[in-house]
Amino acid sequence: MTAATPERHEPSARRSHYEVRENRTVAPGFLQRGRRIWEYRELLGSLTRRELKIKYKDSILGFLWTLLNPLLYLVVFSIVFAVLLRTDVPLYGVFLLSGLLAWTMFSTGVTGATISITGNGPLVQKVWFPREILPLSAIGAALINFFFQFVVLVIALVVFQRAPAWEYLPLLIPALAVTVLWSAALGIVLSAVNVHYRDVQHFLELVFLAWFWLTPIVYQFDLVGDLLAERGITDRLAMLNPMIPVVTTFQRVIYNPTHEIGTQAAANFDFLLGRSGMWYLENLAISGAMAAVVLVIGVKIFGKLEADLGEEL
Amino acid sequence: MEPAIEIVGVTKRFRRHTEPNKSIKERLLYFRKNEVKEFDALHDIDLEVAQGETIGLLGHNGSGKSTLLKCIAGTIRPTSGEIRVRGRMAAMLELGAGFHPDLTGRENVFLNGSILGFSREHVTRIFDEIVAFAELEEFIDQQVKYYSSGMYARLGFAVAVNLEPDVLLVDEVLAVGDENFQRKCLERVRRFQTEGRTIVLVTHSPDQVIQLCDRALVLDHGHSLHVGDTAEAVRVFRHALHASSGSTDPVLAEAAAAAAGGALRIAGATATADDGSDTVQPGDGVTIELRYVAADLVPSARARIVITTHDGVQMLNASTFDLLGHDLEALDGAGSVRFRIDRLPFLDGSYRVGLVLQDPSETFQYDQDLEACTFDVFSGRPIIGRVELDIEVEHSTGQRTP
Repeated sequence: MTAATPERHEPSARRSHYEVRENRTVAPGFLQRGRRIWEYRELLGSLTRRELKIKYKDSILGFLWTLLNPLLYLVVFSIVFAVLLRTDVPLYGVFLLSGLLAWTMFSTGVTGATISITGNGPLVQKVWFPREILPLSAIGAALINFFFQFVVLVIALVVFQRAPAWEYLPLLIPALAVTVLWSAALGIVLSAVNVHYRDVQHFLELVFLAWFWLTPIVYQFDLVGDLLAERGITDRLAMLNPMIPVVTTFQRVIYNPTHEIGTQAAANFDFLLGRSGMWYLENLAISGAMAAVVLVIGVKIFGKLEADLGEEL
Repeated sequence: MEPAIEIVGVTKRFRRHTEPNKSIKERLLYFRKNEVKEFDALHDIDLEVAQGETIGLLGHNGSGKSTLLKCIAGTIRPTSGEIRVRGRMAAMLELGAGFHPDLTGRENVFLNGSILGFSREHVTRIFDEIVAFAELEEFIDQQVKYYSSGMYARLGFAVAVNLEPDVLLVDEVLAVGDENFQRKCLERVRRFQTEGRTIVLVTHSPDQVIQLCDRALVLDHGHSLHVGDTAEAVRVFRHALHASSGSTDPVLAEAAAAAAGGALRIAGATATADDGSDTVQPGDGVTIELRYVAADLVPSARARIVITTHDGVQMLNASTFDLLGHDLEALDGAGSVRFRIDRLPFLDGSYRVGLVLQDPSETFQYDQDLEACTFDVFSGRPIIGRVELDIEVEHSTGQRTP
């Protein structure tokens, strides 16, 4: 080192920011991981943006594709269910989308998260950053997509002049939070397991197919509720499917079956109409609590598998 | 001043499945049959790197030097021991790791910056510098999939060095790009040093260690052989290299290379003069044989041969594509590539043969050994220079100006 050095670099030890990075045998704890992710939030943003950018790169319509998807659902399902199957759910397309968009966010988020580490092999092998960032960015992208698709739903509400249930509107916040929490809980652990067993991503497709039909998105929750009621079982049991609280909340708020009160169609929504805001909130709380438990266990497993991710890829 | 990097008793144990079974079905089916071999890629390594110091990690293929670098970078976690790094770190384990082909150069610079842990604001401030360094002003808004491999490497290097990390980890990447760019990289590394930043350089080139490093750590089969003075390190490294190549049973060496993983590995190399020795008379022929092992079928690849003098001048740098006009095809199992030089026009000296196995796009290297083998040229004549020239000397005398 010569004395003629024009400007000597100040190691960050003497700047305000003093970072000590440790790599030791023990996996970092849950809270430490949370802090690290917070420190790398900017990367989370960049990777989320990357996901969204790449998806429609080199396509002429680009982001419009995101909007066309729910629009198509709206049109096709309205025709099939309302005209051909003569469903007695009015504005069937709006009903379907109310539940479907949240489900889509969940399923694409988890699917994207699962393949996020295997799909970024070179990155994981060569650079360190909190690995959870990868599954979380896939979930972030799904969340952003959700907001865009939601715009289509809002436009549909305006077009059909159907007001949402304003008094229940705040419930959407915990409903979204629970969806993201579940996506993270499953996505983080599956992303690491998928590195060791690629079966996971294929298995997941089947699981989501079954799960979708076991969730009242295409049909009304009343069909499930009636079935349980006939046997004298509380409808809380249905909440074991943690997506039911989310989907029913969205349907209650966005589709807002209040409009059907006094018509014949109201019979389809006895359960959704007959419950107070607390019922929805409690269901969401149960679902959220389950997600939290799964998240803690999942992160623990993730921490164990993480040690050799770079080698197993 | 506290050390920039502290490594205390680091051991990394790998479990190698003889055949990696990736699905549950296969794992269940072969649960018992699948023997798991354990070996220490790193064994109880201690190292302290002072702030502002440049340290070389020297070792031959499979010595564990890259594993140690990955542990420092944090991409793999040690089986036991601790590593502490102070300050912001940028790892150049591969140039442009994390570039996405569909994004433009500009987008990738920002993405790469945030992957390395630097803020968007920081990258914005030095963005022009990065682009200027990479000499990509005209192309920065093009998708990087349209970049040549050289442009790609330049941008990767430019991002990592211009971010001005406190600690820079470099893995052999100085060996890429054309001569001009290599010189630029070296200059940049030198500036880094004068600025008092810490550098960890992984290499198997003793020359680089002597040229660039303050100290060196020599690794052999995961064990630390020497820490300290670079000249001594190079001596220890050469000795270890000879010791291992001396006892090399080709079958064993190839098995070891296969166990070290990777699709295509250099298993060994020899340079043989026409008389069977490793000393060539000027004008005689020499045969350089590269033996490789391909774990799986590699459809096509390129072998590159680099012959350098002891003082680092390249006498030859050519790939099989340059020589044959096509790539090597269907590399599978053990094989060899023979370079036969009919009349070697070099003058006296010792020459190093570097060999590289790379993919046809030359963006990815399967394996390289920058000192795969050596040979000497010896004639005993006192002519100094590089090449044997066909010189006719005419002398006329006896003429006087009137």
